[in-house]
Amino acid sequence: MAEKTSIHGDLRLSNITKSYGDFTAVNDLSLTIPEGSFFALLGPSGCGKTTTLRMVAGLEEPTRGTISLGNTDITFTKPYQRPINTVFQNYALFPHLTIFENIAFGLRRRGIKDVKEQVDKALELVELSHLAGRKPTQLSGGQQQRIALARAIVNRPALLLLDEPLGALDLKLRRQMQIELKWIQKEVGLTFVHVTHDQEEAMTMADTIAVMNEGEIEQLGSPADLYDNPKTAFVANFLGQSNLIKGTISGNDGDNHIVDLFGQKISLAKNRSHAVDNSIYAGIRPEKFRISRLSTPTSGNLLSGGKIEDVSYIGVSTQYQVLMPWGQELMVFEQNDDAVAPFSVGEDVNISWESGFTFALRGDEDAEAGMEVEPEEIIEDDE
Amino acid sequence: MLKQAWKSSQKRSSKTMSKSGISSPRTPYLLLLPGMGFLFTFFIWPIANLAQTSTQTPVAGGDTGSYEQTLRWKNYIDAFVENKEQFGRSFLYAALATIFALTIAYPLAYAIAFKAGKMKNVLLVLVVAPFFTSFLLRTIAWKQILGEQGFVVPFLRNLHIIAPSTTLTSSAFAVVAGMTYNFLPFMTLPLYASIDRIDPRTLEASGDLYANGFTTFRKVTLPLSMPGVVAGTLLTFIPAAGDYVNAAILGSPETKMIGNVIESRFFKIVDYPTAAALSFTLMATILILVTVYIRKAGTEELV
Repeated sequence: MAEKTSIHGDLRLSNITKSYGDFTAVNDLSLTIPEGSFFALLGPSGCGKTTTLRMVAGLEEPTRGTISLGNTDITFTKPYQRPINTVFQNYALFPHLTIFENIAFGLRRRGIKDVKEQVDKALELVELSHLAGRKPTQLSGGQQQRIALARAIVNRPALLLLDEPLGALDLKLRRQMQIELKWIQKEVGLTFVHVTHDQEEAMTMADTIAVMNEGEIEQLGSPADLYDNPKTAFVANFLGQSNLIKGTISGNDGDNHIVDLFGQKISLAKNRSHAVDNSIYAGIRPEKFRISRLSTPTSGNLLSGGKIEDVSYIGVSTQYQVLMPWGQELMVFEQNDDAVAPFSVGEDVNISWESGFTFALRGDEDAEAGMEVEPEEIIEDDE
Repeated sequence: MLKQAWKSSQKRSSKTMSKSGISSPRTPYLLLLPGMGFLFTFFIWPIANLAQTSTQTPVAGGDTGSYEQTLRWKNYIDAFVENKEQFGRSFLYAALATIFALTIAYPLAYAIAFKAGKMKNVLLVLVVAPFFTSFLLRTIAWKQILGEQGFVVPFLRNLHIIAPSTTLTSSAFAVVAGMTYNFLPFMTLPLYASIDRIDPRTLEASGDLYANGFTTFRKVTLPLSMPGVVAGTLLTFIPAAGDYVNAAILGSPETKMIGNVIESRFFKIVDYPTAAALSFTLMATILILVTVYIRKAGTEELV
């Protein structure tokens, strides 16, 4: 047993492929997850994130590639031989055991006789000490979720895997648990690998996010990196919303490209362009846009000739659909924090933004990739 | 999520249905009436009759089969002392048949529930298939299978597992084998129902929490399937203890069970009081054993 707990270090997936017949769930995936980090695998249903997690847990064997933890190859070891524990999507608590025995299960299997102190500590951590004698069915969803977490954490694994752990909770409880999970991760200092389809959840909790699509990693980085400077249309649309405008690089100006968007010139920082040739999509997040009346002076990039198509008042902000001369509707989020009277439908406006916010994608991409995904559907599919 | 919401709305609507005035408080009793009437006519009444027969004695100088009520409770003691060997044998055979049926049915039910995939329904039909032919015919068929002309005896003789002079029919082996076979579906179906309900993710969780396959079986699968084990063993043990067909067809006078004694007392010797007393003793013994067993197994906690 001693050698089990001594395995630790970075988790390294090297060229992992998992196929089921003709279908490739995970395709040549390589990934290093540093020890002690909170890592999220984010993607829509069927992107291979859960399969990846199950291979790390040992519940599936990769078709090709290796998985190692520190210097130990664990590709083909059995789940019970790995210092890795999982918080399952629907918790999978043992219905015939009390909460105390559920949490003690892993400790007892490893031959630890005196489990009381550790179990009590784990229960304290999730603030459910008073429920130790109950059965799982007598607990609410949120409580079961915390017990599932305590049952995994009590073993002090080198790696804790969380498979959509908050998927079954309602929105309010989910927000609360996100903060608690993050706090617990800091408190216990374990490596957390979190699988989710909820981009907000991933952004709130993780230090590093890998966005997955069709069995491959689209982009890996900190939440801010991914949001501010997405590399692909899939990431730009899946992580928040983006306005992608077709254009061509028509010239250079120092560190900037001059980009032609349907006849109007804007500037784009060279290091924020992921394009391979002159054909690009210029991307701007909706909240980076400012709307102004034709007479108002603007700074930064400017697109003129817009017409307000639709206004929705959200409270903290107002969302506008602005029809541009080339027929595209742009989405604009305006904070309701200034004295500017709200714009009304049919008004002629200009759109401006600070040029540093522009990012550029390859012009041959599908501008709608990652857009059509409905979160509700994902939950259904994963079950 | 949608599914759950749908289910809970179903629950809600069924609750409101029952409140919605169509049913008066008397309805449940009216619905119970046909069943109660049936039970009274064909169970309570005969049982009461049997009870009062059990303490009768022969009419002095009367015909065979004429008895009068004398409240002779000693009938019970006499009947038991006279037949304690058959009693012991009944419970021994029933216990053996139950153990063998459990040993065969558990892996079978487990395989159907977890490993059968698309074959699940086909296999379940196969488990029930023997019911399509008569219980008697199947038991008689066993006589042939285990007989001198069958393939089992020569095969075992050639392998020197049994001596050339040993036969398998008319033996305790044949009776227990017959009972095991006949009650196998009653063991398999409740086991299957209970194993099929186990969430396979709890087994994955067990593996994830350092339990190997055997420990997972011992600590998770078996405890979670206990309701099926209890139901299956009861459905096998109770009828097996009172069975007389297997012993009559596959056994010999040395393998007589209490069911055979009751049958011959009733229909051949026409000794109604002893037959009735034996029936009651058998019923009471089974009732006590089953109560103790259910208490010990503690299934009420497993839902």
